[in-house]
Amino acid sequence: MKYAEEFRDPKAAKALLAQIAEVVDDIGASRDAPIHIMEICGGHTHAIFRYGLDKLIHDGVDFIHGPGCPVCVLPMSRVDECIEIAEKEGVIFTSFGDAMRVPGTKKSLLQAKADGADIRMVYSPLDALELARRNPDREVVFFGLGFETTTPSTALSIQVAAREGLTNFSVFCNHITVPEPIKVLLDDPYMVLDGFVGPGHVSMVIGTHPYDFIAQNYGKPIVVAGFEPLDLLQSVLMVLQQIRDGRAEVENQYARVVSEHGNPVSIAAMADVYEPRPSFEWRGLGEIDASGLQIRKAYEAFDAEVKFGIGHAVGARVVAEPEGCACGAVMTGRMKPVQCPQFGRGCTPEMPLGALMVSSEGACAAYYQYGGARAAAE
Amino acid sequence: MCLGVPGQIIAVTQPEKMMAMAEVSGVRREINVAPVATGPLEELIGKWTLIHVGFAMALIDEDEAAATLEALRGLGEAQEALDAMAAGDAALEGRS
Ligand code: SF4
Repeated sequence: MKYAEEFRDPKAAKALLAQIAEVVDDIGASRDAPIHIMEICGGHTHAIFRYGLDKLIHDGVDFIHGPGCPVCVLPMSRVDECIEIAEKEGVIFTSFGDAMRVPGTKKSLLQAKADGADIRMVYSPLDALELARRNPDREVVFFGLGFETTTPSTALSIQVAAREGLTNFSVFCNHITVPEPIKVLLDDPYMVLDGFVGPGHVSMVIGTHPYDFIAQNYGKPIVVAGFEPLDLLQSVLMVLQQIRDGRAEVENQYARVVSEHGNPVSIAAMADVYEPRPSFEWRGLGEIDASGLQIRKAYEAFDAEVKFGIGHAVGARVVAEPEGCACGAVMTGRMKPVQCPQFGRGCTPEMPLGALMVSSEGACAAYYQYGGARAAAE
Repeated sequence: MCLGVPGQIIAVTQPEKMMAMAEVSGVRREINVAPVATGPLEELIGKWTLIHVGFAMALIDEDEAAATLEALRGLGEAQEALDAMAAGDAALEGRS
């Protein structure tokens, strides 16, 4: 139990682990016939590896790492399109730092920057707005990326740009939504899932009702969880208790931050600016209906796809995944990262081949980063 | 980028734009408080909030802020957010 000592409250961690073990035994799960729990959010994946929760927990629980890392599921073609926009004359292309190293078919944004494109890493779309104000003779494009945690920020920024009448600001929108891919995974006959740990900060925005279908239509439990390792253990316990009791409910372990109805201002801004695309491509998962957002016609002056005639405005392009990349199988839980033939060989955090290796929230990068420490501790 | 960082709102800067100054781990950064502004903006001064890419997305209490910050530090994400803020400042000045 080396890692339990690292918890803020090791005693509480040990007590939770013991309770989890008890419930797993009640259910009769074992290493050979485990309960499969998917943590949807990449932040949770990171925390699970950082604290070695998958090792500390009873081996009758198997974590499946969900698609909740927006950088990891971004298709290569969209990275190519970013670069195409960034390399246009007069453009200042702005992006969150997380996306800079995602490989496109030819290069990443970081490499395009080294090649001379004016690409700037920003903290917030507010920085991009300010750049547009300060550089009226340049076209400032913001790479809108992320789930419902970052979507309100670009929606509100577009509203500000509209109010100020900025004509040199646009967003290349790649925002995606959490519930749709979950539905796809639940419909996948190969996917074995017994329950979910739900994302904390996404739920802070959208509330807990968007998950009702998981409990009501699929009969699976889901518990919205905070980010502390103790939150995660508590949430896993709550999922297991539901399974043991034959219940399937949406429960909220993170009620101190997440309310049932989410954040009304953010929800209204998202609805005002965005609408679902008919379909959007996810790396490793393929096209998923209504899983991506596009800018509504009323705001098309701020839509980089329309402005530059790139992307879904001219039809999506299909790009094959790199040779030997098993990202799809890892993402759907059919394979563990270490089972990918490229893991640690052709694919490392320094030279990522697949997207799951790019962000610290990707399952492969998390395995890689903490694998050495874990091996030493075992 | 996906996890919010806790910060304390210390002043209202541009009320017409819903902008306020927040302090995150000793670093000051102007943020947009529209998502948490249900009353007069002055009432937000002194409050703790979870900040996502420059937007205050939820009000939290001080204990929750401290616990979240500790969890983020454990994951190395607190530093990542501070680095991103510094990168944003550099981008505005054309230094990045
Ligand atoms: S090791 Fe690399 S190529 Fe293999 S699944 Fe992970 S990210 Fe994809």
